[in-house]
Amino acid sequence: MQTNFTLDQLADPNIAVADKILRSCVHCGFCTATCPTFVTVGDEDDSPRGRIYLIKDMLETGAPASTPVAFHLDRCLSCLACMTTCPSGVDYMHLIDYARVRVEETYQRPAHDRALRAVLAAVLPYPARMRAALRAASLGRSVRGMIGTRGMLGQRLRAMLDLAPGAVAGRSSTERPGVFKAQGTRRARVALLAGCAQQVIDPGIHDATIRLLTRMGVEVVVAKGAGCCGALTHHLGKHDAALAFARANVAAWTREIGAGGLDAVVTDTSGCGTVLKDYGFLLRDTPEAEDAARIAGLAVDISELLVRLEYQPSVTPPPGMVIAYHAACSLQHGQRVTEAPKALLRRAGFTVVEPRDPHLCCGSAGTYNILQPEMAGRLRERKLGTIAPLKPDAIVGGNVGCLTQLSGTAIPTIHTVVMLDWMAGGPRPETLPSDATIAATRPPAAVAQDAEATWS
Amino acid sequence: MITLPKPKPDVLARRDAVHEGLRAIMQDRGVITDATKLKPYETDGLSAYRQMPLAVVLPETTEQVAAVLRFCHQNGVRVVPRGAGTSLAGGALPLEDAVVIGMMRMNQIVEVNYRDRYAVVQAGVTNLGITKAVEADGFFYAPDPSSQLACMIGGNIGMNSGGAHCLKYGVTANNVLGIKLVTIEGEILELGGTHLDTAGYDWLGIVVGSEGQLGIATEITVRILRAPEGTRAMLAAFDGNEVAGACVDAIIASGIIPVALEFMDRPAIHACEAFAHAGYPLDAEAMLIIEVEGSVAEQDWLLGQIKEICARFNPISLKVSQSAEESAAIWKGRKGAFGAVGRISPDYLCMDGTIPTSTLPLVLRRIGEMSVQYGLQVANIFHAGDGNLHPLIMFDANDPTSMHKAEAFGADVLRLCVEVGGCLTGEHGVGVEKRDLMSVQFTEIELEAQRRVKSAFDPEWLLNTAKVFPLQAGTASAGPDALPHAA
Ligand code: SF4
Ligand code: SF4
Repeated sequence: MQTNFTLDQLADPNIAVADKILRSCVHCGFCTATCPTFVTVGDEDDSPRGRIYLIKDMLETGAPASTPVAFHLDRCLSCLACMTTCPSGVDYMHLIDYARVRVEETYQRPAHDRALRAVLAAVLPYPARMRAALRAASLGRSVRGMIGTRGMLGQRLRAMLDLAPGAVAGRSSTERPGVFKAQGTRRARVALLAGCAQQVIDPGIHDATIRLLTRMGVEVVVAKGAGCCGALTHHLGKHDAALAFARANVAAWTREIGAGGLDAVVTDTSGCGTVLKDYGFLLRDTPEAEDAARIAGLAVDISELLVRLEYQPSVTPPPGMVIAYHAACSLQHGQRVTEAPKALLRRAGFTVVEPRDPHLCCGSAGTYNILQPEMAGRLRERKLGTIAPLKPDAIVGGNVGCLTQLSGTAIPTIHTVVMLDWMAGGPRPETLPSDATIAATRPPAAVAQDAEATWS
Repeated sequence: MITLPKPKPDVLARRDAVHEGLRAIMQDRGVITDATKLKPYETDGLSAYRQMPLAVVLPETTEQVAAVLRFCHQNGVRVVPRGAGTSLAGGALPLEDAVVIGMMRMNQIVEVNYRDRYAVVQAGVTNLGITKAVEADGFFYAPDPSSQLACMIGGNIGMNSGGAHCLKYGVTANNVLGIKLVTIEGEILELGGTHLDTAGYDWLGIVVGSEGQLGIATEITVRILRAPEGTRAMLAAFDGNEVAGACVDAIIASGIIPVALEFMDRPAIHACEAFAHAGYPLDAEAMLIIEVEGSVAEQDWLLGQIKEICARFNPISLKVSQSAEESAAIWKGRKGAFGAVGRISPDYLCMDGTIPTSTLPLVLRRIGEMSVQYGLQVANIFHAGDGNLHPLIMFDANDPTSMHKAEAFGADVLRLCVEVGGCLTGEHGVGVEKRDLMSVQFTEIELEAQRRVKSAFDPEWLLNTAKVFPLQAGTASAGPDALPHAA
């Protein structure tokens, strides 16, 4: 596609990158068909191609982001379905990332919006603050009925309260740095991204990862100085904060490589994995560029690592158990990891089914469900509507955000690694129905339809 | 650059009133008037041409479409219909004084009837969406343009779209049974029905392919077909374009009708392989994708015959797909071809001419010569079985000379198509892109006859005007306002 930048503008390396991305878009419109917001609202401005055009216009004119531009870019989930679909290989992720930074820098948001974003950026990445906030939210829920449903503010407050778990767990084992020794002969040594919000919302996920890996002969390190991956602030357009997190992690793991060696940096939160794998690009213009690229190269999702380590189950699931695999966008589109989790779950003995339109986002998308409760709610309903006919005993996926977003129905949501750990000798997930209940629900005859996100 | 008609000054002067009127009809939903929000609507799949519209309206019901059209008619406001905006001919290019009616919110499947094999769908349902809705029950909708993932059935009606599988099943016109059409006066017409050949004039024959110039289709009844027992694709690689072209001609001449017979040349093979990883032969100069369907025995027999014919043309390799995944990958490459060319060139013009298959070798040679003459690369991708060419002329839109050359090159290709006995468009429609070449194909008398059909439906020429017909002085039926001005 034609672009209109002056040589002066192109001298800015960020604009040069954006120009290259914009030039690679041929404006064919294929991506519109798989974009969750476009299929929901049917407006070019809420499609990938439309957003690319809005960004092009904003960057070319060099004007501050206008209210409509901020509105439509904010509505983008960064689910990256458009990248999976695009035949032209348009790097939408780096374009929208940069556009978000521009919006953050040049657009004056309404005061309540600014405040909320500041709070999210100041709380979510820090486990202790997050726990305190959730305790407050448990209290807050008792007054939920008093909050109005009209207006953005009320909707957002309600959304936040609804996402908070009923009971807040204590401090998880991964909140302090430490080394979890391999059982038997050590096969590998990996760093686990302890991250931020997940270990507060559901500490059981890290516990399962550590149990499963150490049982398989892997030493797991929670490195000192590593923390939030930076994704949450990154998607809020808070570039400097995101870079600081990324830098700290790169430094911590680089030290760890020096100390005991690392075969991988593993994450069990796919939303973080996408950003870890992008550290090389994020820190490209910093002195840490080389280290960052090395860490990005070591980053793997837990499912990728388990395939590599040839995961084997030791027990079998309850008879008749059917699980619905929910593909997190950060895994299927962000990291293009599509088959590994399903293959592992099947190897573990589960009957795995998939809903229609698996390429469509559930609406979680980091802080999206808090900032855009209406669209997120519609996408949640749509996703649950496609899962329900499968009558699964559990919804299983690799990203805590999705699991929270899809919870609240009779069907429990459980992390992939928790299920895999269970079949390899770990504890039975508490939220699962009893074996008798499972046996009583007949497995559906119809299995996955429309498994392909693209045309066939 | 393309010339657009002079905007009506009185309409531009009433901009605010028009916006108000549209908002009142739409009850404040789905009316876009803000300049920033309008920007992404200034173009479609042919992004070299751009024009900001007066407003965009996104109706949700046929009644709303009728009300908006009635309003525009009463106020002398031009209208440009838009589906998914994937037109490669600029079919949805706005006009400065026109209201764009975007049909993407009308995306419901209204009815599916397997017994009588039809489906009623709204205009904003995607082409692939129809097949997706019926495939679990073993049915499909046959026409499959490359953009089928995104393009909408309303746009398919406008352009009489084809696709790889049209060789066997025919184009859109052969697969549509009924259309709910809203006229510019806001009248809702039911044309055709739920079965073939309704009584009276063949209104569908007039409306399908009319490029949104006669009315706006809001609901379409399409023929759905039982999916074949099985399909299999094979790849035949050759060391030259002409020899591959000759092979296509030989297959068709033998009386075999494969479901699809597609041609890709070297640049296209490389671009598509990078996207689809389908195992395309990277050492070949040209490749054919040939697909057959039916029972396994039928497939085997057909593939055997085709292989024999291919063997006469010294193929580098012949490979039959062994699994559904392999076939899917082969098609993914082909269907993503246009976008995939975006990997090797920032911009392309996708031509769409049709020629008798016997002239393929000649036409391919001439295109190759023109490519040298203009100094622009070409990737040739097309539905070779029915002689529908899609040469993609690669250029750099940031360089005006390159763009002008590409336009001239494209025009030469289309003139060549007409010269060898073919025509200007196979399936993309005329749009604005080929508008000025219509006089190469048709005499003035023929054009005037076609204009009269348009005038009968739309006497003031408000609907998608400035497309299809050359803008020229002295054509009274195009209306005085359609006279060109220097853009
Ligand atoms: S699919 Fe890719 S090339 Fe086509 S419009 Fe979308 S981003 Fe651009
Ligand atoms: S990232 Fe997701 S929501 Fe955003 S434009 Fe792409 S497909 Fe649409």
